[in-house]
Amino acid sequence: MSVITDPPQQGFRISQLLYDTRYRSMTIQIIALIGFLVAFGWLINNTLANLAALGKPLGFGFLWEPAGYDINQRLIEYNSQMSNARAALVGVLNTLLVAVLGCIAATILGVLIGVLRLSKNWLVSRLMTVYIEGFRNVPVLLWILMAMAIFIEIFPQPRDFRGEDPVATMKIFETVAVTNRGVYLPGPIMNAGSGVVVAAFIASLVAIFFFGKWAKARQEQTGQILPTFWIKLGILIIPSMLIFFIMGKPIGMEVPAIKGFNFAGGIYMRNSLIALWLALSLYTAAFIAETVRSGIMAVSKGQTEAAAALGLRPARTMNLVVLPQALRVIIPPMISQYLNLTKNSSLAIAVGYMDVTGTLGGITLNQTGREMECLIILMAIYLTISLIISGVMNWYNERVKLQER
Amino acid sequence: MSNISYVRTEMLQEKAPPVTQTGIVKWVRENLFSSVSNSVLTLLALWLLYTLLSHVLPWVFQSSWSANSLTECRSAIAAAYGEGTHGACWAVIRERFFQLIYGFYPPELYWRPNLAFILMLVALAPVLFDKLPRKMLWFSAVYPFLCFWLLWGGSIWLPLSIVAGFVLGGFAFKLIGAQFGNLFATIGAFLVPILWWMFAASPVASGIHSAIPLGLEAVESAKFGGFLLSILIGITGIVLSLPIGILLALGRQSDLLIVKAICVGFIEFIRGVPLITLLFVASVLLNYFLPPGTNFDLILRVVIMVTLFASAYMAEVIRGGLAALPKGQYEGADSLGLDFWQSTRLIIMPQALKISIPSIVSTFIGLFKDTTLVSIIGLFDPIGLSTNIRADSAWNGIIWELYGFIAIVFFIFCFSMSRYSMYLENKLKTGH
Repeated sequence: MSVITDPPQQGFRISQLLYDTRYRSMTIQIIALIGFLVAFGWLINNTLANLAALGKPLGFGFLWEPAGYDINQRLIEYNSQMSNARAALVGVLNTLLVAVLGCIAATILGVLIGVLRLSKNWLVSRLMTVYIEGFRNVPVLLWILMAMAIFIEIFPQPRDFRGEDPVATMKIFETVAVTNRGVYLPGPIMNAGSGVVVAAFIASLVAIFFFGKWAKARQEQTGQILPTFWIKLGILIIPSMLIFFIMGKPIGMEVPAIKGFNFAGGIYMRNSLIALWLALSLYTAAFIAETVRSGIMAVSKGQTEAAAALGLRPARTMNLVVLPQALRVIIPPMISQYLNLTKNSSLAIAVGYMDVTGTLGGITLNQTGREMECLIILMAIYLTISLIISGVMNWYNERVKLQER
Repeated sequence: MSNISYVRTEMLQEKAPPVTQTGIVKWVRENLFSSVSNSVLTLLALWLLYTLLSHVLPWVFQSSWSANSLTECRSAIAAAYGEGTHGACWAVIRERFFQLIYGFYPPELYWRPNLAFILMLVALAPVLFDKLPRKMLWFSAVYPFLCFWLLWGGSIWLPLSIVAGFVLGGFAFKLIGAQFGNLFATIGAFLVPILWWMFAASPVASGIHSAIPLGLEAVESAKFGGFLLSILIGITGIVLSLPIGILLALGRQSDLLIVKAICVGFIEFIRGVPLITLLFVASVLLNYFLPPGTNFDLILRVVIMVTLFASAYMAEVIRGGLAALPKGQYEGADSLGLDFWQSTRLIIMPQALKISIPSIVSTFIGLFKDTTLVSIIGLFDPIGLSTNIRADSAWNGIIWELYGFIAIVFFIFCFSMSRYSMYLENKLKTGH
């Protein structure tokens, strides 16, 4: 009689750590962890030794000492007596300013160029191809420097606008001055009662939002379609305009005027900000255009044909069938383009725009000699911004993603 | 009456098609003026093109190639094309051409970068075009050391002793493998060369050098510049980032938690910060991380940082390729009984790399363009040199000619890389 027995039990042997697949992965991981910790510890140990030898132990106290330098471009109150941390904050806000402006401009421009590149018009599509290839294949730093050079080399000095017979004149009905120091735009003047107009405008925006929701619900219930665009436009303009005139035109326009050797009044956009903004958006637009083009091309022709067979008009086909599907392909690469633009804004240092690399990683670093601390904070700031952008965009991506079972 | 026929008996002569339906007229009607909006677009485009070209072309062609300073150049243009003409002073490119290419490399040694460049083409050829004999790959493997020695000069024994480390590693693998099996062989193949490089390589090299001095005149790093520097940093980064990127991508995909966490942390950290902060680290911080007293070359530090930066991006690109592979490929490889490295090497990677070729090449292009950032930390790449040239009183105020020249050279390099990627994509296409 044969008895089936278990194979003889063997005790745990050392070799099992290597040859038994149950334990091997554990062994490898522990070795990797030890190696990593040793290497990391070695680096930190060296760093601390080096810093101690130089007599500047790691510490962040310098952040609260007066910065001692001015920042010419700022969104919040700042002067040279304020702390280094405040200077860094001004820099962060400047980074965010140029990043947000750049993302908006690059998206508009990129979508336009991407669509135009698919145009049936031979000349236009070729021209867009030249634009895209031209901008993509030249370093962005070069574009930033060139945009800055346009300001410095080509545009007139403010003093050229002076006198009876000025060398240079203001553009667009004498309201905008383009000078080598930047662009002076007309700004609004808020008189008494302007708050009501602003409130009315905000209220109409809210009304538009709810109207849109209501119209959509109504369409889904009854199948009737309202001319929403025109109604929305009406809600946007008419009430605000009415109140504007009833209150006696409380919002005026202040046109920049030459005072002495410079312009005063209105909104002043510094040349470095505009150069950086322009170059980053033109450069990123070329990449976004390619993304948009490939996204639209990824929607199969059958979709368009099916929509036509259902009797949808071309504009509706685009809005309801093609774009929602194209968007799914477009969004993930678009996220990385926004991230790239934000990171490329650190090249501001090349044209003297005071972003966070210029304040914290530039002047503060050089004045205090705290390379280690400054760069750690700088990297942490950029890492946070990147993670927030990708987090928000991924959340949006989840929302428009195809709902699969 | 009977000879009237109602049926035509002879054929009509063929008529020429209407003029709007043939040749160039048809093409123009269909492609440029097919509708009102299209016509508006065409006219707008033509106007734009005219405005651009009417400003740029005269500037490009009403130029001077022979002057030796900006003022001389402007007066030559004024004399030739009339007062008030804005023309390009291409003379600066002619006068500073070698500086823009080689930086401050000693002129009598220009043959060395030239030779290195030609040999680089030879070394790249078997990698890029698979029709060439495979034996040429051996030269490609040796090339990096040869290039290093050619560019920096110094004793030949130093690069040779580094190569010796690899040879020793190979021997260790063979010897230990025969005795103790694969795993120990791998460990040995890692440990032996590292020990050799850490302790033996440099004394051995200097020992042999004092016995048999054989070498080239040394050139210090500060003399490197121009496109030589861009290409040097770019190519090194490209060559090194691909293998590191592959390893990182595999690590990120793996089931080993700790390995995965390390890889994810590294990749996300590098991708979250701008390259310029990493270059700051290279220029002011990297020496802090090493034992006190170590001080190594700025270009080397920059290359290390650029490589790390590029490999994080490369890892994400390759991960995309790995994720795009159907699961059946992994399972098929497993069912054939291949182990992890075999299946990765023979089944997974060839396909994943093929899928990600376009993105790999665009990462390369991005890396090459990013080499211009080194000008911010004070290296003399072409952009850094253009500032330097403007500091010379003879060329003070010259901008567009230099930027234009640099832009065109970068365009040629990057555009040809993207065309090569299209060629490769077409060649490797196995679908129907």
